[in-house]
Amino acid sequence: MKNFKSIGKPSPREDAYDKATGNAKYIADIDFPGMLYGKVLRSPHPHAVIKKIDTSKAEKLNGVVAVTHAAKCPYKMGLYLVDRPVFATGKVRYMGEPVAAVAAVSEEIAEEALKLVRVEYEELPVVDNIEDALRKKAPLVHPDLMNYEYLPIYYPKKDTNIFNHFKLRKGNINKGFQKAYRVFENEFYLPQIHHVPMEPHGAIAKWERDGKLTVYSSCQSPFTLRNLIRYAFKLSHKDVRVIAPYVGGGFGGKAGINMEPLAVALAKEAKGKWVKLIFSREETFTGTVVRQAMKGKIKTGVSRKGRIVAEKIELFFDGGAYAEYGTNVVRAAGYTIIGPYDIENVQGDSYGVYTNHLVGGAFRGFGHGELHWVVESQMDIIAHAMKMDPAEFRRINVLKPGSRNSMGQTITEHTGNMTACIDAVAEKLDWGKKRMKLPAHIKRGKGLAVLEKAPAMPANATSCARVKFNEDATVIVQFSGMEIGQGCIAALSQICAERLKMDITKVHAAGLPDTDFSPYEWQTVASRITWAVGNAVINAVDDAHAKIKKVAAQVFGSVPEELDVDGEKVFLKKDTKKFIPLPDIVLGYQYPDGHTIGGPVEGVGTFTPHLTNLDKNTGQGDAAAEWTFGCEGAEVEVNTETGELKVLDLIGAFDLGTVINPLTAKGQIIGGMIQGLGSAVLEELKYKDGKVRNASFVDYKILTAADLPEKITSIFIQTPDAKGPYGARAVGEHPMISVPAAIANAVYDAVGVRIHSLPLTDENILRHLKAKKADKGKKK
Amino acid sequence: MKKGFVHEINFTVNGIKRALSVHSNETLLKVLREHYGLTGAKEGCGGGECGACTVLLNGSPVNSCLVLAVEADNAHILTIEGIAAKDSIHPIQQAFIEYGAVQCGFCTPGMIMTAYALLQKNPDPDEAQIKRALSGNLCRCTGYVQIIEAVKAAAKRMKGKRG
Ligand code: FES
Ligand code: FES
Repeated sequence: MKNFKSIGKPSPREDAYDKATGNAKYIADIDFPGMLYGKVLRSPHPHAVIKKIDTSKAEKLNGVVAVTHAAKCPYKMGLYLVDRPVFATGKVRYMGEPVAAVAAVSEEIAEEALKLVRVEYEELPVVDNIEDALRKKAPLVHPDLMNYEYLPIYYPKKDTNIFNHFKLRKGNINKGFQKAYRVFENEFYLPQIHHVPMEPHGAIAKWERDGKLTVYSSCQSPFTLRNLIRYAFKLSHKDVRVIAPYVGGGFGGKAGINMEPLAVALAKEAKGKWVKLIFSREETFTGTVVRQAMKGKIKTGVSRKGRIVAEKIELFFDGGAYAEYGTNVVRAAGYTIIGPYDIENVQGDSYGVYTNHLVGGAFRGFGHGELHWVVESQMDIIAHAMKMDPAEFRRINVLKPGSRNSMGQTITEHTGNMTACIDAVAEKLDWGKKRMKLPAHIKRGKGLAVLEKAPAMPANATSCARVKFNEDATVIVQFSGMEIGQGCIAALSQICAERLKMDITKVHAAGLPDTDFSPYEWQTVASRITWAVGNAVINAVDDAHAKIKKVAAQVFGSVPEELDVDGEKVFLKKDTKKFIPLPDIVLGYQYPDGHTIGGPVEGVGTFTPHLTNLDKNTGQGDAAAEWTFGCEGAEVEVNTETGELKVLDLIGAFDLGTVINPLTAKGQIIGGMIQGLGSAVLEELKYKDGKVRNASFVDYKILTAADLPEKITSIFIQTPDAKGPYGARAVGEHPMISVPAAIANAVYDAVGVRIHSLPLTDENILRHLKAKKADKGKKK
Repeated sequence: MKKGFVHEINFTVNGIKRALSVHSNETLLKVLREHYGLTGAKEGCGGGECGACTVLLNGSPVNSCLVLAVEADNAHILTIEGIAAKDSIHPIQQAFIEYGAVQCGFCTPGMIMTAYALLQKNPDPDEAQIKRALSGNLCRCTGYVQIIEAVKAAAKRMKGKRG
């Protein structure tokens, strides 16, 4: 590894000071004089025709300034497929869908006004699960689907509930299965879960009478949000300004466009006044987006020696009432559909399906938690059936340099080392070692599961960064990657300082974007900020240095190529005694007679990922700029009398290339693994007749400090990435992905029951244990 | 509008004596945030389930979203804004920063106040005691491990100072 000054150091993050002192401002902490408060009236039905909306009484209530609904605000939005009205139009498609909204001088009055809005509904048959949605003659959630606008890289299907079908075809699937010694077929399922950011969603908007709109939002994507707002409300980009304060957790749920249009719609009716709309916890559960539920069918053919020769997979995502980000989740899961395996013959189909459930959106992992649950459970089943060690079975079949992945990209030495991740986890878990003696009803087991993920982004997902020198030659670096907790402020400062050859204490990262002033950034999603914006920062520093050299060359009567810049000075390479201290040049160089040349130094750098679209019929192409490989393992203990599951040990090893900041990298890995563990053992949005039953912390639990495994370990494998800044690779989402499969595989190892459906609650495990016992009884 | 009765309360907030008229249904969280601009305590759920609104009431951690302002009459309230010394932040704050215990930061003020109360009562907690004490404060980002490490480190430093 190179000798870095800032890279690889556990630099504390600049934003942590603000946050630990209570100074950091989040959306709810922002107030304006004369501000109004918004509240939203939501549908109590999952699917119903709206017969009539009467807002007259609400409008007359003293203190109410604006009431709006579809008739006043007939706008639609959508990231890739424009299917979603700001307010339910004609019918409601999920319980919790906004029907109307009010703005008033106090929250209490707004609340009171909601009660005065009269809505008449006529209920429709509810599409309550994936099977129902796919049935012939199923009620259509969107009968007008084919009339919607959508990007041509997505494929909705006429007269169905399918809003996107992604196809992957590689090799010859029939020939592949003919070669197989054994064939395994299974089905797996996982339910909808919520992001549960600790900060509820919120936005504040003001629509001036001259047509200018300002929006503060707790968001991951200020520029994309601006773009989608101006699209929905038919404005010009220059008239919309989005300002992003600190975000109290996103995990994908605050990406793209979300609840902001509701605040904007109210602001449009209350011109010249700020309207603040902060969701309650219940609204955050039901009125934002969720991770889609998924049902997966997998068929795998294996040779006598344990080499996978063919695989056919179908994934059906419950996208809920609107396609949203789900369209692209379906695509990303579709092109990665077999996971990090080298398989010659593949047939993959990934479907996004409308139901009357909560709206599916982006969620940490972006379809990969779902697909790996299917693949990594299946791999374990096959290994055991073939009497092979599950770690060894994976070593034989995973991608290695020279292999070609699902979309036909060739793996190189730079892509990352999947095998090293497996080895590291196996070693730490004492894989294959004997277990200690325990009481008869306590069983221990170990399991592991691998994963891969690339940033899922369109080919034009670009980034920009700016580097500004101050008078004393300290530096401010600007970018619009959002600090959503992941630590990009620290990482980008480190990259900037490294490139500047400057001490990190001389660099200040101005992270919180304002679209009027900040450089462009597509979105803070896909674990891409350190990787993509890091490259833009490097280019910005190089640009600033070029500008300094140009002026210095004039002073020295030399050419820029003969000069170099470090953290203190610009100097002649051949004669380092000839130099200009940076403070004397970064605002322009002044000769003794007062004449000044040059000017304030600002470097601008951009980054473009260079990808291609994928072939419509085969899904082959170059949609992934880099891959992060990983392996996760667990040791668990199961009480066979109660089903109680205890996780003793949880380990994750990821090839994250050069580690920019070990402190924040560890934070991402452990935080992601614990969120993954929650999704494995406890989290589930529960429905009855299309209605969510557990939209509160009382009924939807997440893990607490008291629920942690006894041991949690994060391991860095560091194979530098060819395109990443200083060789860094993405790691934000990955740690969440394969924890469920690792735990399920460990449960199987412990008690011999295979669970196909998440979450692995104690009751779920006990049910399987009882079924196994009953089965044995029958066989006797 | 149902507003409830108005009460006069006297209490101390971060060492400053305050008097205020409050409605009987107003929460302590709302009073701190809206009357005094002390927005360090956050509302994560408004129902006593997440701990983001934790402040100390007479030295004990409470979910201020569940405490009525009238219940704070005559009490001493300490918030995240009140624990730093004049020129340096509190050792727990410092440890949270150094140990990577802060990600999105929304749970952080509540976590720190709970840790503060714990270390006041028990300057030398073991890991199980720390986990138990923090179990009412939800964090979605960190997986808690670095928070626990920070509390341990802070305990050590604070003991060092006292000893
Ligand atoms: S806001 Fe008080 S406990 Fe959640
Ligand atoms: S740091 Fe985000 S919730 Fe704890």
